Amino acid sequence: MSKNNTVYIGKNKNFWDRNRRSGGYLLRKRAGQIAVSVTRALLLFGLCFMIIQPMLTRFSMSLMEEKDLYDSTVILLPRHVTLENYVHVANLNDLPRSMLNTLWVSLVISLSQIVSCTLVAYGFARYEFPLKKFWFACVLAVIIIPPQTIQSALYMNFANFDILRIFTLFGANAEGLTFGQRIQSVFDGTGTGLIALLTGKTINLRASVAAYILMALTCMGLKNGLYIYMMRQYFKNIPTSLEEAAYVDGCGTMHTFIKIMLPDALPTIASCFLFGFVWQWTDIFYTRLFLPSSSISIYSNQMAGMVSRMGRYFSADASKPVIVPNARQQQLIFIAVLICAVPLIVLYIFTQRTFVESLAMSGSKE
Amino acid sequence: MSRDRKLITMQQRRARTGYKFILPFIIGFVLFMIKPMIQSLMMSFNNVKIIPGQGFQLTWMGLDNYHNAIAVDPYFNQYMVDEISRMAINTIATLVLSFVIAVILNQDFKGRTLARAIFFLPVILSSGVLPGIEKQNEFYNMMAGVAESVEGASGINISAQLQNMLSASGAASGFFDVIFQMIDAIYDIVMASGIQIIVFLTGLQSISPSLYEAADVEGCTAWESFWKITFPMVSPLLLVNCIYTIVDFFMKNDNRVMERISTVMYSDFNFGVSSAMSWIYFGVALVFIAISSFIISRAVKSAQ
Repeated sequence: MSKNNTVYIGKNKNFWDRNRRSGGYLLRKRAGQIAVSVTRALLLFGLCFMIIQPMLTRFSMSLMEEKDLYDSTVILLPRHVTLENYVHVANLNDLPRSMLNTLWVSLVISLSQIVSCTLVAYGFARYEFPLKKFWFACVLAVIIIPPQTIQSALYMNFANFDILRIFTLFGANAEGLTFGQRIQSVFDGTGTGLIALLTGKTINLRASVAAYILMALTCMGLKNGLYIYMMRQYFKNIPTSLEEAAYVDGCGTMHTFIKIMLPDALPTIASCFLFGFVWQWTDIFYTRLFLPSSSISIYSNQMAGMVSRMGRYFSADASKPVIVPNARQQQLIFIAVLICAVPLIVLYIFTQRTFVESLAMSGSKE
Repeated sequence: MSRDRKLITMQQRRARTGYKFILPFIIGFVLFMIKPMIQSLMMSFNNVKIIPGQGFQLTWMGLDNYHNAIAVDPYFNQYMVDEISRMAINTIATLVLSFVIAVILNQDFKGRTLARAIFFLPVILSSGVLPGIEKQNEFYNMMAGVAESVEGASGINISAQLQNMLSASGAASGFFDVIFQMIDAIYDIVMASGIQIIVFLTGLQSISPSLYEAADVEGCTAWESFWKITFPMVSPLLLVNCIYTIVDFFMKNDNRVMERISTVMYSDFNFGVSSAMSWIYFGVALVFIAISSFIISRAVKSAQ
C-alpha cells in the first residue's frame, strides 16, 4: 500500500491535487512558510532601513549650502549642491595630518594588542598551570571594570612614570617618614622607583604614544579582555591532535604555535584585529588620556573639540569669534562623522566576509 | 618511580610555558589595573593636590569626596538615576532583540549576507566618539523634539496614539510605559546590539543540525524545537550578553554620568571627587551585574 502511495504522489506533480490528498495540510504548510518569510523580510527591511537611513540623510545634508539648511521647503534633497562644507571640515579638523596620525596610531596599537592577546589567549586555552582560574577571573574582571574607574590614577601614573616604586620603602629618600607613610609612598606616586633611582627623576609619558603602546602590549588596551576571551574560545575548539603530532615530531612550543595554530586561527585573529582597529580609530577615551591635541593631532580628538573651534574659524578676525548657528554646527558635525566613518565602511566592505563569517563560524565545533 | 618524577616535571614544564604565554597579561594587570585601582581608591578618600613633576599629595578626607559626589554635586546623582533606569530597560530590550535577529540571520534566505553586513555596521557606527558627538549638540535634541511634536499634531505618530489609547484603558499602565520607552529607544537599541547578535549567532551555529533532524523525525514543530532545542542551547550565552550589554552601557561616551565624571576630572581637576564618582558608579554597575547574573543563571538552570 505504501508503495502505491509513493508512486501516486510521484506521478502527480500538481500542487492542488497533492494538497487535496493530504487533507489541506500542504496548503497550510506552504501558507505558513510564506507568512514567515514575508514577516521576516518586513522586519529585516525595517531594521536595516533604520540603520542605513541616518547615514543617507546625513550624506545628502552634507551637500547642502548653508541657506538650504534654513529653507523649510528643503528637507531631504539639497537645492544648491556644494562640496565646500567638506573643505571647511577638513580645515577645522587638521585633516590630512590628523587622519594619517590616526591611521598609524590605530595600526600600531591594534597590532600590538592583537599580538599580546593572541599569546595570552593561547596560554589560557592550551596550558594547565597553577592559579589558572584566578588569572582567567582577572581577564573577566578586565572586561567588567570600566577603565573610567582608573582613569585618574592612570593619568597620574603616566604623568610621572616610573617602575617599581618600592625603594622608599627600603629607605631611599625616606628621611623623616614614618613606616605608614613609606608604605603609602609605594602607591601614591611619591615613592622612588627604579628610573628615579638611576636617573634622578621620573619620565613624563602621559602625552606620548609610548605609554599607550606599553598598555596595548600588556593587554590593557581598549576592550582587550574581550579579545582574549574570544580567541581563547576559538583555540579551545581546535582539536589538539595536530599540536600533539607536531610535538611528537620534535617541534618546539613557539614553533608549533606559529606554524600550526596561527594559520588555523587567522580568520578569528583578523576579525579581532579589525575590531581593535575600528574601535581604536573612533576611540576618544584613551585618546584623550594619552594623546591630547597638544601633543599629537588625532582625528577623533579633533572631532570632539570641533564645535569650540568653529566660531574662530568662521570669523575674519581670529580674536573675535562669531556665533555659528546650531543647524550649521550640526551639519558640519555630520560631515566630520561621515569622514570618520567612510574609511571604516570601505574597510568593512572589503573584509566583510572574513569579519562576519569567521565570527559566526568561531563557535562551530566541527 | 622515575616515571613519576618525569611526569611531574613535564607538567611543571607545561605550567611554566603557560605562564610565559600569559606573562604580558599578568604584567599589564598588575601595573595598569591593580595599581591604578588601589591608587584611585586612595584618591577617592583623599584630597588630591597635584605637584607638577612630583606626583600628587594626598590629604586624608575620609568620606568627604563621596559626600560631595552624592549630596553636593548638582548633576551626578540625578544623572545616575536616569541612566540606570534607562539601562535596565535597554538591556532587556537589547537581549530580546539581538536574540530574535540572530535567530533570523541564522536562517537560510536570499540576501542573508547583505542583511548580516548591515546588522554588523552598528559595531562600527556606534563606537567611540561617534554616538556621543551628535548628542552634544542642542540642535539635535531640539530637532528630535520638534519632529515628535509635529508628528503628534498631524496624527501620524501611531505609537503616540496607541500609547494614549492603551494608557487610557488603564490596564497595567506601568508595563505599557516600559514597552513604549523601549519602542522610542529602538534606534539606540539596534545600534547597541551588534556584538550581542554576533555572540548569539556564534551560539546558534554551534548547535548540531542532527538535533533538529531528530526532533523533526519525532514530530516536533518548528516552534517546539525552538523552545526545546534552540533556546536551552543558547541560553548560557544570555549571561555573557547581559553582562556585556550592561558593561557597554556603563562605559558609553554618550552616557551622561561618564561625561560628568570626565568634566569633573579634566575641567575642574578634582581628582578626588571624580575618583569617588567612578567608584560609586562602578559599585552600582557591579550590583546590577551581580543581580542580573543571579537571576539569569537561575532561569537558565531551570530552562535546562
